[in-house]
Amino acid sequence: MDKETLLQATDLTLRRAGRSLLQQVSLTVSRGEIVTIIGPNGAGKTTLLRVLLGMVKATSGEVTRRPKLQVGYLPQRVTIDPILPLNVRRMMTLTARYSEPEITAALQLTGAEYLMESPVVNLSGGEFQRVMLARALLRNPELLVLDEPVQGVDYLGETEMYRLIGQIRDQYGCAVLMVSHDLHVVMASTDRVVCLDHHICCQGHPADVSAHPEYLRLFGQGESGVLAVYSHHHDHQHNLSGEIEACDGGHH
Amino acid sequence: MASFMAGVTELLALDDFFWRAFWGGMGIVMVTGPLGCFVVWKRMSYLGDTMSHSALLGIALGFLLGINLTLGVLMVALSIALLLFLLQRREELASDAILGTLSHAALALGVLVISMMTWVQVDLMSYLFGDLLAVAVDDLCSIYAGGGLVLMVLLWFWRPLLAITVDEELAEAEGVAVIPLQLLFMVLVAVVIALAMKMIGMLLVTALLIIPATAARHFSRTPEQMALGAVLVGWVSVSGGLNLSMLWNVPTGPAIVTTAVVIFFLSLFASLRRS
Repeated sequence: MDKETLLQATDLTLRRAGRSLLQQVSLTVSRGEIVTIIGPNGAGKTTLLRVLLGMVKATSGEVTRRPKLQVGYLPQRVTIDPILPLNVRRMMTLTARYSEPEITAALQLTGAEYLMESPVVNLSGGEFQRVMLARALLRNPELLVLDEPVQGVDYLGETEMYRLIGQIRDQYGCAVLMVSHDLHVVMASTDRVVCLDHHICCQGHPADVSAHPEYLRLFGQGESGVLAVYSHHHDHQHNLSGEIEACDGGHH
Repeated sequence: MASFMAGVTELLALDDFFWRAFWGGMGIVMVTGPLGCFVVWKRMSYLGDTMSHSALLGIALGFLLGINLTLGVLMVALSIALLLFLLQRREELASDAILGTLSHAALALGVLVISMMTWVQVDLMSYLFGDLLAVAVDDLCSIYAGGGLVLMVLLWFWRPLLAITVDEELAEAEGVAVIPLQLLFMVLVAVVIALAMKMIGMLLVTALLIIPATAARHFSRTPEQMALGAVLVGWVSVSGGLNLSMLWNVPTGPAIVTTAVVIFFLSLFASLRRS
């Protein structure tokens, strides 16, 4: 494992009840890169993340994480039971103690600092994900693992969320490993795409993957033109509260 | 030492059965409040019932083996907790059905064993509903020592215990050891039930876990506020219930539980009016 490698999986196979959930999956995540796992429902994407994080043991194969690797993880589905009173401030210190300025800074970065005192159960899908992202940042992660980070986020918010993830990568220098199935946005905001259907069908640069026959088999011709969506330029963008702001040097 | 004990006895008026009951009750709800919050948050109120129903078997065992009854209750409650923990890992069994099965198995077995022991006279009523007014100084010592220990462990593991309660997967991913903590939680509940059994009775122990916590929910914004609130509700219930029981000459345990229920409904109405 070279020193830029944070996490390396070799020939992971996971069998449960006679079914192969993962077959011979090999994957590397290096410092600072954004890797996106795409694949149809039930392709084993979440399972792969859990194996990579060491929460599930693979039947065979090997996962090597860099020693003392700091990981920030956003599980696919976190539901907060309303029986438990929990505001955002308390949610931030759920597993470790952080100072007030640290908490504020993390929430500010994800544009959620105004939610500090709100009960977690009242948050919208997008707000909740931003709080969860801020939580993950508090751990000063070298690797962010995001399982469908735009779940429950509305369409405009999705692009903004991916932009935010890119910004976090730039600012923290952390690697990002995420699972997604909205191909449109993924293709524009990721360094490497891994196409998973129990085994790795293909992986590489988004442009190459989207032309790969295996990718076309899984996702069809219709989606292959998605890169076009991102090759044009917006004259404005939406910030996290949905307001319109001009792009850098943008002209209307 | 003797003069210190005498001083404490005088200060807390431990010569008087009323004040012994008062301090006993106050001590118990200080532990059942925060622990009860976890029981409520984890939706495990039936767990408390199951463990406390097993207490009768523990008492029978205590008589049979000639050991301290609280110890007998604790042993059986711990076994039930362990059994429950193992059975809950099996996905084809619903946890409420497991609890129901164990709860009634332990209760039935307890009554069977007690009725077969013709040589001991067991006052079933006092175990079902407890007798706070019969609390002795020894009992107070075990309540405060045992309860203090439980409270200390609970506070020590508060953050990780809360984390696994909010979301097990998130906690696990952030390095919290989920399974040992789940076991620890069950052990704490078992110890508290064994401690509270004598005073409040096996049928009402769960009430002290659940009702103060539920009553405190309406006015809490954080888990910690809810835990403190539950202690406050418990304190008011104990002092209110004790006085009611003196005034009307009714059993103490039920009087305390009734007071707690009244507070629960008052807090419910207050929160409905507020929103």
